Amino acid sequence: MFVVVTVALLVTMGLALARAIVGPTLYDRILAVNTFGTKTVLLIAVYGYLTERPDFVDIALVYALINFIGTVAVLKFFESGEFAHSWRERRERVEAGDTGDDD
Amino acid sequence: MEFFVNAFLLALLAATTIAIVRMRRLIATTMLFGIFSLLMAAVFVVLDAVDVAFTEASVGAGISTILMLATLAICGAKQESVPRKQLPAIIVVVVTGAVLLWGVSGLPDVGDPTAPATTHVYKRYVEESGTEIGVPNIVTSVLASYRGYDTLGEVAVIFTAGLGIICLIGAGTGQQRRRRNGNDSGDDV
Repeated sequence: MFVVVTVALLVTMGLALARAIVGPTLYDRILAVNTFGTKTVLLIAVYGYLTERPDFVDIALVYALINFIGTVAVLKFFESGEFAHSWRERRERVEAGDTGDDD
Repeated sequence: MEFFVNAFLLALLAATTIAIVRMRRLIATTMLFGIFSLLMAAVFVVLDAVDVAFTEASVGAGISTILMLATLAICGAKQESVPRKQLPAIIVVVVTGAVLLWGVSGLPDVGDPTAPATTHVYKRYVEESGTEIGVPNIVTSVLASYRGYDTLGEVAVIFTAGLGIICLIGAGTGQQRRRRNGNDSGDDV
């Protein structure tokens, strides 16, 4: 039972990684990182039960919080560019049309 | 099963690393760094090093990603492709990897009862730290009392690093504030 879940999670992690590598837009990659973080949290939780030591579930919860905060920070950065109060980045984004396409 | 999980995570790690090396868009590279840290955290959990995994996830995937994005916002997110000599780099990497593998082969097995880590001071820490130090958590008593000077040195190092960062960032914000109050042309610094 836990073995099946673990294998499914590992496959999902591989798929999310493939999406992060292939892209093509930055938002695909942000979503891939977020998904990957969630799968890591789940893997840690399930792995605890798989090895019959479910002590790490609370740690997995803290991971989920970190993952959430990180994603919100990254999205705030991309949405407003206010992150480092950088005029240059904002200008570059406007000039580049803010597409985020890969090369 | 543990072997399978380990092997799969390490394979993903290798794929991530190759993608990081080949990627030319630095923001995408930053995202992949986040995935790398999360993978490392999962590997650490599988290796039973939960505290290290926790540090890796919070520092590597959390703070580092944000700091790198902040840096890219200032420096620009494009990587110039420069001609490089690759052969010396490959030689250095292969030699370093070989030395590391050779070093790892000399380590005792995981859980080996005759390993140095479980034969010297381990017993005293486990049996007497509760009465000697009065702290129920063995790790805390080791870090804060048995290795107090070591921890003091670490705190001094981190404090120095923090001071350096404050000096650097403080200078940067002053410059930006002046630029913002001036015109919008924003010359590159």
